[in-house]
Amino acid sequence: MKHTLKNVFHSPRFLVGFIIFMTILLTVLIYPYFVQRDPLQGLGKGFLSPGTYVSVYDTNNAGTYRVELPEANDNRLEASVPVKDRQTMLDYLTAMGADVSGLDTSNENFHALLEAWNANYDEADAKKNKYDGFATQAKRNELRRLNNRLTSDVTAAMSVTKGEGEAATVASVATSDYVKVSEVANSISLPLGTDNFGRDTLTELVKATGISLLVGLIAGSIATLLGLLVGLLAGYVGGIVDDILMFIANIFTVIPGFVLLILIYSALGAESRGITTCAVIIGITSWVWTARSVRSQVISLRNRDHVNLSKLSGHSLFRIVTTDILPYIMSYVVMAFILQVSSGILAEAQLSMLGLGPNPNELPTLGLMMNWAKLFGAYTSSNAWWAYFPVILVIALISFSLNLMNTGLDQVFNPTLRD
Amino acid sequence: MKTNEEKNVQLEDKRESVTFGSDRNKDFSKEPMCLSGRGVTRVFHTGKTTTVAVDHVDFDFHKGELISIVGESGSGKTTLSKMLLGLLEPTEGEIFFKDKPRDISSGAKKKEYWQGIQAIFQDPFSSYNVFHKIDSVLLDCINMRGGKNLPKEKKYEMMAEACSFVNLKFAELTNKYPFELSGGQMQRLMIARIFLLKPDILLADEPTSMIDACSRATILDMLLNLRNETGMTVIFITHDIGLAYYISDSVYIMEHGKFVESGKPDEVMLHPKAAYTKRLISDVPKIHEPWDLSTVEFH
Amino acid sequence: MAKKMLEVNQLTTKYITRQGEDVYSVDHVSLDIEEGKSLGIAGESGCGKSTLALSLMGYYFAPLHYTSGTIKVDGKDITGLDPDVVRKTVLGTDVAYIPQAAMNALNPTRKVGKFIEDVIFAHELPMDKKQIREMAEQRFAKLGLPVDALDKHSVELSGGMRQRVVIAVSTILNPKVLIADEPSSALDVTSQKMVIKMMKDMMAEGMVKSMIFITHELPLLYNVTDDIMVMYAGQIVERGSAKEMVFDPIHPYSRGLMRSILVPEEGTRDVKLPARRPT
Repeated sequence: MKHTLKNVFHSPRFLVGFIIFMTILLTVLIYPYFVQRDPLQGLGKGFLSPGTYVSVYDTNNAGTYRVELPEANDNRLEASVPVKDRQTMLDYLTAMGADVSGLDTSNENFHALLEAWNANYDEADAKKNKYDGFATQAKRNELRRLNNRLTSDVTAAMSVTKGEGEAATVASVATSDYVKVSEVANSISLPLGTDNFGRDTLTELVKATGISLLVGLIAGSIATLLGLLVGLLAGYVGGIVDDILMFIANIFTVIPGFVLLILIYSALGAESRGITTCAVIIGITSWVWTARSVRSQVISLRNRDHVNLSKLSGHSLFRIVTTDILPYIMSYVVMAFILQVSSGILAEAQLSMLGLGPNPNELPTLGLMMNWAKLFGAYTSSNAWWAYFPVILVIALISFSLNLMNTGLDQVFNPTLRD
Repeated sequence: MKTNEEKNVQLEDKRESVTFGSDRNKDFSKEPMCLSGRGVTRVFHTGKTTTVAVDHVDFDFHKGELISIVGESGSGKTTLSKMLLGLLEPTEGEIFFKDKPRDISSGAKKKEYWQGIQAIFQDPFSSYNVFHKIDSVLLDCINMRGGKNLPKEKKYEMMAEACSFVNLKFAELTNKYPFELSGGQMQRLMIARIFLLKPDILLADEPTSMIDACSRATILDMLLNLRNETGMTVIFITHDIGLAYYISDSVYIMEHGKFVESGKPDEVMLHPKAAYTKRLISDVPKIHEPWDLSTVEFH
Repeated sequence: MAKKMLEVNQLTTKYITRQGEDVYSVDHVSLDIEEGKSLGIAGESGCGKSTLALSLMGYYFAPLHYTSGTIKVDGKDITGLDPDVVRKTVLGTDVAYIPQAAMNALNPTRKVGKFIEDVIFAHELPMDKKQIREMAEQRFAKLGLPVDALDKHSVELSGGMRQRVVIAVSTILNPKVLIADEPSSALDVTSQKMVIKMMKDMMAEGMVKSMIFITHELPLLYNVTDDIMVMYAGQIVERGSAKEMVFDPIHPYSRGLMRSILVPEEGTRDVKLPARRPT
């Protein structure tokens, strides 16, 4: 036993899979101690991109510091008129034939660029389909929006750079005034942003991973136990028991499992579909192939000499099955269990993706998160990659690590694969 | 890599001869009957095809006799051995155990029958549960023969005795697994098991066919010793005609599920009457008489 | 003095195990066979006799590796050749090899005649399909094999027939040395006799110039080969004529081996078997 374990951990595939899986599992277990937030609590409205959010209101009550930051002005400029916009201005000026010598997108020359723009930009002119590169309506709209920004927002930033540090707009805040982020009463770090409901995606994802693993574990255990029991009985007892059990197994094989799952799920209704119910249903629809392969293994073991000798020694059926058959197929059962867990997680994700998952008001699952991302246009209109990409990554990593562990075990236990 | 000296040490002539009972031609027909069968038949149905593996065979095995059942592959000798062991029920005919009809209709009755019969199989590597250590294999045998409540020292003594009977050192075997032994040693441990179980009948299904020629004699020697000491009936199943001729008290030749000839080995092997036996004997390569290839007809 | 068909001088080959250890399973073996003669190799399982058979082909693949020594077939040194060259110019023409489970090694989807075509084409001989067919039919008729076996799949033939067909196919190019590794041990005695008869016929007809026959069945070896060689732990223990070796071996190991022969013959029941003291 010790020797086998040592061998298992010497298999590089198993080890890599095990490390990935354990990292995910430990994250799921430890994360709640650091972030004690309800994963389904809405924090904001709509998709917020990843970042740290600081309450504007509360910054007033935080202490003020004078920080002489040499590049502060440049940063402000860059934040309000990025280089991309300056290039557009330059392109427009070139296109309408203005003198652009000495103008570029650098910060030093921004005043000159802005002056040239103010002198040359004519909305009426721009409306006409007049200049190369600005023929489409969209391009002209872009110009208009840019001009609006330049005339309203930028003036604040611009004004400070005009004179010698004097604010053009009257405000009680000096340009060199700063607050310490940790002193702001309300700030929140959202490494993966928020989803459409404004929920913290990371917290939700960790919780969902935990729930999905639980679903996989319950479904996998049920499927493996059921499969093992049916396979052992059918294989060892044989005869009429075998016929009946295999008849049932055949029925389950013929009915497409996924369709059956969808039917059962929709018959139950969203309200009564708890996490456990979902897992149990996945479990009792996926035991068939475990049962089949356990049965075939047991049949080949049943006629082995050591089983015959055990029978001749007068041991009971229970003892023969548990000591002379089960240990031989245990490695195989462990492998089947790992695959069942993996396919249970995937089945839950698929069902939830179709809107047939567990009750969405209770707990998040990986499938539900995908479903929400799909329903609220994270893939398309909002382009909120943080709402679905991490979920896909986690599903793929779980599945990958479990399968890697399985092939690693296969290498250890299956002598024909040894090289 | 072994050096030549080491090899030569191993090759030193440290042999003993196989010992037999006092009389090689003892007449067993006066001994009490141990196992007999009348019209024993086994039919297998697979789909629409019906195979008659064993076809109305009669046999009488006496106490203390060493019987060889000789047949080529597919002759039905394995099916017959399974029926003798009670692992398969005959579809027709009856088997008598100690002159009484054998009854293995229920689990309890099977267990009772199995008190009297044990087996050694061809492949020592598949005969052991690889998860059980050698001492637990032997301990199991003592427990099965009602030695469950014996003191620990007594059990140890019995196991050591069984091991020394087959020339194994029990002290070296404790905490080892059977697969750590060589094929010959594993087969000897099987005999140690039988020594502890002391059944009335031992069925040995090709026990030496996977063993080297030199270790074969040792195993045969131990089997014969065991027979002489306990008076058990040994049913030896083999395809090796030379081996059957050498060790048995009586021989049954099997072809297509039927016994075509039976009797004393000298009669059957040296003066065969049935056509099949004649062909079989003449086709076996020999070393004293010429092995006539000129009569071979290709078909 | 007859021509030497095979001369092996101090051949050593090794297996490299998974743990990276070297196991010398053929250890400084020297042997020679004259034209028209056959040599039997006897020994217990694991003594290196099957590895010797593989090594004699000059065709090595992992985990078997060539270490030292020379193999000369009809005066031509075949050691150290490129595997591709060995496959094209040595196998089949100089050395033919029949492995233990040869009869189960045939592709069940192809007909027997195709295998002969494969052999001819693999050696790039200038023959068309019709000529090959003619040659194959002649060869089969000579060896007492039914000609219609050429149009059958291997699974349609009985075990003994399949084995004879395999031997006929692998010797179609008249090899100088035929190495047969337990060619009949999976067969019943009647089929075994047929296989042996066919091999002896091939030797007599000159289809095979010399033969190495490997088996653990000593009575069979005694009846098949002119000489017998006993191997132990990769080395040759003793070599002599079949009669000498069976009835008067010198080395204690071969003596033990020969005294354990069991045959159904008058008088053999009373001899005492040597029992090696258990190790």
